[in-house]
Amino acid sequence: MTSVAEMVGSHRIVQGNGIVHPLGSAESSPEEEHRLRRKIMERALDALTTEVDQPTVFK
Amino acid sequence: MARIVLYLNQFFGQIGGEDMAGVGPRFTTEVVGPGRALIGLLEPGEGLAATVICGDNYFAEQPEKAAAECLGHIRLAQPDIFLAGPAFNAGRYGVACAALCKAVQSQLGIPAVTAMYDENPGVDVYHREVIILRTGQSAAAMRDVLDRMLRLGRKLRAGEPLGKPQMEGYFPQGRLEAELADKPAASRALDMLLAKLAGQPFQTELALPAFNPPPPPPAVRDLAHAKVALVTDGGLVPTGNPDGIEVSAASKFAAYRIEDRLEPADYDVSHGGYDNRYVKQDPHRLVPLDVARELEREGRIGQLHDEFVTTTGLANPVNNSRRLGRGIADHLKEAGVDAVILTST
Repeated sequence: MTSVAEMVGSHRIVQGNGIVHPLGSAESSPEEEHRLRRKIMERALDALTTEVDQPTVFK
Repeated sequence: MARIVLYLNQFFGQIGGEDMAGVGPRFTTEVVGPGRALIGLLEPGEGLAATVICGDNYFAEQPEKAAAECLGHIRLAQPDIFLAGPAFNAGRYGVACAALCKAVQSQLGIPAVTAMYDENPGVDVYHREVIILRTGQSAAAMRDVLDRMLRLGRKLRAGEPLGKPQMEGYFPQGRLEAELADKPAASRALDMLLAKLAGQPFQTELALPAFNPPPPPPAVRDLAHAKVALVTDGGLVPTGNPDGIEVSAASKFAAYRIEDRLEPADYDVSHGGYDNRYVKQDPHRLVPLDVARELEREGRIGQLHDEFVTTTGLANPVNNSRRLGRGIADHLKEAGVDAVILTST
């Protein structure tokens, strides 16, 4: 869904892990799921501290 | 004799500027402000019966009371046509004009027209119910706009059907009307495609909403001293959904206090657009409070705002989403929040 976020003009975009659990993973162990959530959140913090001049997907 | 009543704010009504924005509704039979241009446009048999004037702040702070008081004055003037504004890009004025038009047409049964700029919040709120003419931002076009308002007002009074919004210059009201086309849809689509390929103008039959995003906010310089808030449009609500956030096209948002964890038993999901069971099993899969607290403890972020803000984004019209976004931004700014992580399903 990041393409929709880009289309409507969201400035700082981070891809989540699926529509049903953007910050989780039902298939993973609790530890792995936590690591994944942490990774996505750290990416969001990187996005917040980066200057952008157009919709940008942070990978 | 067609009696016209005009509504103006304190500025156009020549009472004063922002310092007089608190004045309550008043009524005059003198011709003031845009009324002068208006009387020059009247046809024989038309007259400006009265002008009702109210301060922008008085109206914005107590819209129902102000509207009722204005309506009292308007009723006494026995109008045949009610014109409000034009408000151009003045937000409080635009909302007041549109609210009064709505009240006048529904409670007095009198045709009402206002006019304002695209981005005036009055358009967002009232375009479906009120005839709002599209204007530019500059009041220099006053005479021309008043002329257009008057023409539409006359049509409404005569019971003539209005043309399409783009022909008459008012904001589309979201009405669907069946009409016969001279060619089937496939031919029309092909004509459009050919025109597009040839670089010629063409008129779409299904305009997509324009998003007009604001400019990107600057990067957060010092995250270690910033206050960060968690926001979601995935519909996470406390069990029982105390504020009644709708499962689709939510009309409101709510903010709920958070501690260290989101216990599954304490939360539910009010969102009809995705399979909610994974988030119900563990709400952190939508609102990452656990990790956010970790990052706060480690000093990566200065402070986590002590509530999360939630609404339901599903099938929400752009205008409504924009209104909710503004509301959420105002709420968080008031709380001193510097940055937001918004999680979306």
